[in-house]
Amino acid sequence: MSKHLAEPEWTLEIKPVSGWLNFHIKDVWRYRDLLLMFVRRDFVAVYKQTILGPFWFFLQPILTTITFTIVFGNIAKIPTDGIPPILFYMSGIVSWNYFADCLTRTSSTFVANANIFGKVYFPRLVSPLSNVISLLMKFGIQMVLLTGFIIYFKSNGSNVNPNLYILLTPYLIFLMGGLGLGFGIIVSSLTTKYRDLSFLVSFGVQLLMYATPVIYPLSALPDKYKWLVLANPMTAIVDTFRYAFLGAGSFNIENLIYSTIFMFVILSIGVVVFNRVEKTFMDTV
Amino acid sequence: MSQVIKVEGLSKLYRLGIVGRRTISEDVNRLWAKIRGKEDPYMKVGETNVRSVSGKSDYVWALKNINFEVKDGERFGIIGKNGAGKSTLLKILSRVASPTKGSVRLKGRVASLLEVGTGFHPELTGRDNIFLNGSILGMTQTEIKKKFDSIVDFSGVERYIDTPVKRYSSGMYVRLAFAVAAHLEPEILIVDEVLAVGDAEFQKKCLGKMHDVSEKEGRTVLFVSHNLQAIKNLCQKILILDNGEMFTLGQTEESLKIYNELVRGTKIDAHTEIGNITNRRGSGAIRFTSIEILDSSGSKRYKYDLGESVRFRVSYKVYKKMKGLRLIVALLSGLSRECLTLAYHKLTDVELIPGDSGEAEVEFTDLNIKPGEYPLYFELIDGGHNSNSKDVIDDLTAPLIIKGTGSYNGTSFYPDKPSGYFSTETVLNLNEIFKDEAVIRKAL
Repeated sequence: MSKHLAEPEWTLEIKPVSGWLNFHIKDVWRYRDLLLMFVRRDFVAVYKQTILGPFWFFLQPILTTITFTIVFGNIAKIPTDGIPPILFYMSGIVSWNYFADCLTRTSSTFVANANIFGKVYFPRLVSPLSNVISLLMKFGIQMVLLTGFIIYFKSNGSNVNPNLYILLTPYLIFLMGGLGLGFGIIVSSLTTKYRDLSFLVSFGVQLLMYATPVIYPLSALPDKYKWLVLANPMTAIVDTFRYAFLGAGSFNIENLIYSTIFMFVILSIGVVVFNRVEKTFMDTV
Repeated sequence: MSQVIKVEGLSKLYRLGIVGRRTISEDVNRLWAKIRGKEDPYMKVGETNVRSVSGKSDYVWALKNINFEVKDGERFGIIGKNGAGKSTLLKILSRVASPTKGSVRLKGRVASLLEVGTGFHPELTGRDNIFLNGSILGMTQTEIKKKFDSIVDFSGVERYIDTPVKRYSSGMYVRLAFAVAAHLEPEILIVDEVLAVGDAEFQKKCLGKMHDVSEKEGRTVLFVSHNLQAIKNLCQKILILDNGEMFTLGQTEESLKIYNELVRGTKIDAHTEIGNITNRRGSGAIRFTSIEILDSSGSKRYKYDLGESVRFRVSYKVYKKMKGLRLIVALLSGLSRECLTLAYHKLTDVELIPGDSGEAEVEFTDLNIKPGEYPLYFELIDGGHNSNSKDVIDDLTAPLIIKGTGSYNGTSFYPDKPSGYFSTETVLNLNEIFKDEAVIRKAL
């Protein structure tokens, strides 16, 4: 036994991948500076790459809102709970976009970063986390746009009632980011093995939007389908968001708790799967 | 000295063929075996990784049962032919890939440089990239801030530090990237062939820095390279890998000797069919079938005296139609692999058809090259220099050795290093003063 005392104390052991719950979460914290640098890189890159830069962030929701107003409001005549259609659609689009962007961006983590991941070790989770954070910039800019429209409509006497539930916004953002990240890293983990999944992502996100009250209010939904839409964890979030900023729709604490639990479950599954795949993906990508 | 790296029974299984298209049925088979408590069926069929022989199985052992230890402050080299498993080993040590079996234990912080400038973003300024790259390599903001001035100083691009790196010349880019890496302070530094890029001066700088890091700061350096001369100058111990297995492990001099035997042992003749090796350059339109190195009397030799003549006899076989044929034989520098001298000969201008074969011999009649080891380079290419119809052999033959014997008088000062490459006739003329002094001395 005395021989063992002389053995050096190893700080790291590299072993074959085994088990699912072998985390290095502490590592993520140790690399928090890298997280900041990635976010900074994304900011600067967006700002510098195009002349119009952040202007695109305005353009996209405006054009989508116009399209939705014409197609769903004027042609299909879907009710908007008595709110000006432009505000109704824009609030839905802005909140939905943040979730959708988080999901799409993080879902390509492994494929997009294969080059860096193949050369240097750092906790891979840093990468999708930084995506979720840097997407806040786009969300923030679109919020400014939305706020501008709300003020304009309010001063023109429209039936818009922003209320104190606005204080819930950071929590809603947290839920959206968590859900987007959770789904995204699950998809990104699976795509390393089964490539075709990546084609499903943009398609799936689009379909999911129609199962979320983005272009219609919950109240306009036939009872037959209500359970389906309520099972979607994004429903309560978009609905609460709209209720807080426009005063229309509903606020239902139970639905929001459901979304919260859903978020934690999906995020946990995501982290476990991602953590497992990050060790073997170099062999499959 | 204590151990800082301990590798035990390390093995890595790779699946060949189209990756990323793992079929679900295969996964199910695996799971079924696991449920019954049996060994992974795909691990059993893994074969030793010999790239020149086409295997029966889709699975190969890129590494098989590797064991070694590295001690504190040691400079440890890893060499081997292409595909011997060097990079796989480094990837496992840097935690980029996972082993299939076995374990690696490390003591202290590890930084690996498998590439310089990983994660550099072209839109960001030099300053931003120092912070970004530093963080990727595992430094904290405070550390980088503290070393920032010295990094900029080392890189020598101070003037451009607030310019986006996309406007940098490639030289400046590499300098900046290496400056960041050079300021890492890990207990263990793992370096892949970063030296392959950059000019000779830069290579020297890198080697010098690695030497300093280990000698002055007592850090451990793990270095992988094809460049035997660089390894020889830097490392104290060498591990040689061959086809994923440990070939030998020992002190530098002895290991290198064994390695050269190994390379020389790879018989380059029709029997081993070097003409069929698949991962060579070119599309396989033409292949060398044998290469022999002969002295003036026609016997095979690798060691020559200064001034002797050497004959390179090659045979080839044509697999696809091509027009004209040229043969290039070159001697490379052992350190930087630059070409020292090159012979270019036209073999024919007529059209060659599949099945054609031939033999050619190039003689270097007077080797006026200083003693040292010189890797050889052979190339066959068609008359239009079309890179599709060519074949290159530059790592399958042992280096040519020029011995410093006889009347040669230039090596004794630096026995290990080549004192330049070319031997030039020089005449010494003593001037008056010395003559006078000699006269005075005699008088005294």
